[in-house]
Amino acid sequence: MNYDFNFDVIWRNWELLAQGLGLGLFLAIVSIAIGCLIGLLAAFGMLSRHKILRWIAGGYVSAIRNTPILVLILFCYFALPQLGIALDKISSFIFTLSIYAGAYLAEVFRSGLVALPKGLREAGLAIGLTEFKIKTYIIIPVMFRNVLPSLSNNFISLFKDTSLAAAIAVPDLTFYARKINVESFRVIETWMVASMIYVVACYVIAWLLRRLEQRLAVPR
Amino acid sequence: MNLLDGLGDTILISVSSVVLGTILGVFVGLAMTYGQRWLRFIVRLYIDFLRGTPVFVLILACFYILSVVGVDLTAFQAGVLALTLFCSSHVGEIVRGALSAIAVGQTEAAKSIGLTFMQTFVYVLLPQALRQILPTWVNTATEIVKASTLLSIIGVVELLLATQQVIARTYLSLEFYLFAGFVYFLLNFVIEQAGRAVERRISIP
Amino acid sequence: MSPILTISGLHKSFGELEVLKGINLTMQQGDVVSLIGSSGSGKTTLLRCVNLLEDFEKGSIELAGQKIGYREDGAGQRRRLPEREVARQRSMTGMAFQQFNLFPHMTAIRNVMLGLIKTKNMPKDEAREVAQKWLERVGMAARSDHYPGQLSGGQQQRVAIARAIAMNPQIMLFDEVTSALDPELVAEVLAVVRDLAVEGMTMLLVTHEMRFARDVSTKVVFMHQGRIHEEGTPDEIFGAPKTERLQGFLANSEI
Repeated sequence: MNYDFNFDVIWRNWELLAQGLGLGLFLAIVSIAIGCLIGLLAAFGMLSRHKILRWIAGGYVSAIRNTPILVLILFCYFALPQLGIALDKISSFIFTLSIYAGAYLAEVFRSGLVALPKGLREAGLAIGLTEFKIKTYIIIPVMFRNVLPSLSNNFISLFKDTSLAAAIAVPDLTFYARKINVESFRVIETWMVASMIYVVACYVIAWLLRRLEQRLAVPR
Repeated sequence: MNLLDGLGDTILISVSSVVLGTILGVFVGLAMTYGQRWLRFIVRLYIDFLRGTPVFVLILACFYILSVVGVDLTAFQAGVLALTLFCSSHVGEIVRGALSAIAVGQTEAAKSIGLTFMQTFVYVLLPQALRQILPTWVNTATEIVKASTLLSIIGVVELLLATQQVIARTYLSLEFYLFAGFVYFLLNFVIEQAGRAVERRISIP
Repeated sequence: MSPILTISGLHKSFGELEVLKGINLTMQQGDVVSLIGSSGSGKTTLLRCVNLLEDFEKGSIELAGQKIGYREDGAGQRRRLPEREVARQRSMTGMAFQQFNLFPHMTAIRNVMLGLIKTKNMPKDEAREVAQKWLERVGMAARSDHYPGQLSGGQQQRVAIARAIAMNPQIMLFDEVTSALDPELVAEVLAVVRDLAVEGMTMLLVTHEMRFARDVSTKVVFMHQGRIHEEGTPDEIFGAPKTERLQGFLANSEI
């Protein structure tokens, strides 16, 4: 195999790659934030007393989890305009990713809620709190700490999914990697580096999230 | 019919990747559980590298790199290769986890009645591990089905690309994207139900 | 008559920590020997060396005339025997574990049959007959088609004992077989062990059940920190302990 490794074009374009990485992180963070809200609502919906709410929430979660994310992305960007909802690329992608994240987080939150001891809510009632306040000050904070490991895993997955923004020409890391690849033909170098950046980024994120978990953990 | 062919390709891609990926993944898992230290190190790198890289990047990498190093693969084959590697890293983790979870007492009891390692593995460890592996493996299979859509970007005419081609002709993007989404939903639903049925049949009273 | 089990100068370490510091023990056929001592005395490790669940660095174990686990090669070097040979030697012993370790995916009778079919190469029908016989012996014939998950602790342990004896071992090894059982289930298991002893089975037991040990043993061995501290008949050990350490140990256990 005759292949001269030449990383020059990578170094020359490092700003683009860094930009792409930054955008990817931004997309992931915004989407998981919105996704958390959607997920919480859906989780409570799945555990509701009302059959209709359970049905709607369950349907949403089931439908989104079984649909390929690329289909969702293309649908939101190309098909929704036909219904009058026209978003620019980045907003459309964030919209899609948030709905996608929401469905997975709904499952995480639902099992987190179910695992809580019943006594928690009853203790809140006993000191005279309303249902809403119990949820806000007791249930959700406790459940959140418990599910942090799952949440971390989901965030890392979501970060990797941001690579699909390249499919609708959003300038993320993968988009720029592809551009460099096509323009320079430095195929192996480009994809080696792109892959390494993702792998290292995932490690760093995982490490940071573990530190966060430890800081937020209730002292025992 | 374009869409039907596309669906056929989607199923072919998924089945090939899952089968090949599972076989490879089992060896990966075995290496992680029983291998010597140097082997475990290499395999750990393999798994971490594949799991830290987005599937999309894997597919693009396989597609572009292979032609450059002189390996002549069609986009279809490159895509299946990428998905196979992806699947193997997941299956490897699953197999490793399941084997490690079996209490060490099982191996000791098997030894104490004179079974060799192979016999212990086949008659005592494997049956227990399989029951543990099944649900997560089914989940991995559905992930592969969903990832098959990414092959559309490198030009493989599976269901999603076929759908896009139909949309280009008819401009009915809403209807056809919804239809495609529904078909994928159905595929995964069927796989999950089949998995659960198998789980029930092989469960230990 | 030559002894059935001879342990000579046995040394074993876990990394830096030496847990067996030179054990010498002989057993004749039909002997029932109980190993007693506090945790960390090495009694369980010693038991597990006999069927090579643990390796040992120095010394030898001879069972029915065969040296277990290791041999001297031409150059006088100590070499571990190949796995197949070790597996075959293991089938000369039978072991019952504290945690039973029944195979959960097989019925009681299949648990007992597995070793017979795979190690002793018995045809299936013969194996089933032998297994059924031993399950009857331990009082579990009625439940031979039950899975371990459907049995109580005492029932599981009895099946586990049947599984071990069905292999027709030269010596039975019992590793604290009642320690993981609820108190009301202990008696049924001890009854099985007593019956086997009375019938002349050679047994090496690690146990905390002092009354049982006194009742059933032909010899009791008290271990402390990797060495045999005192040994003798049950009356000598329990009735007239010579060393302070044994006296202290007995005072702290119920007799």
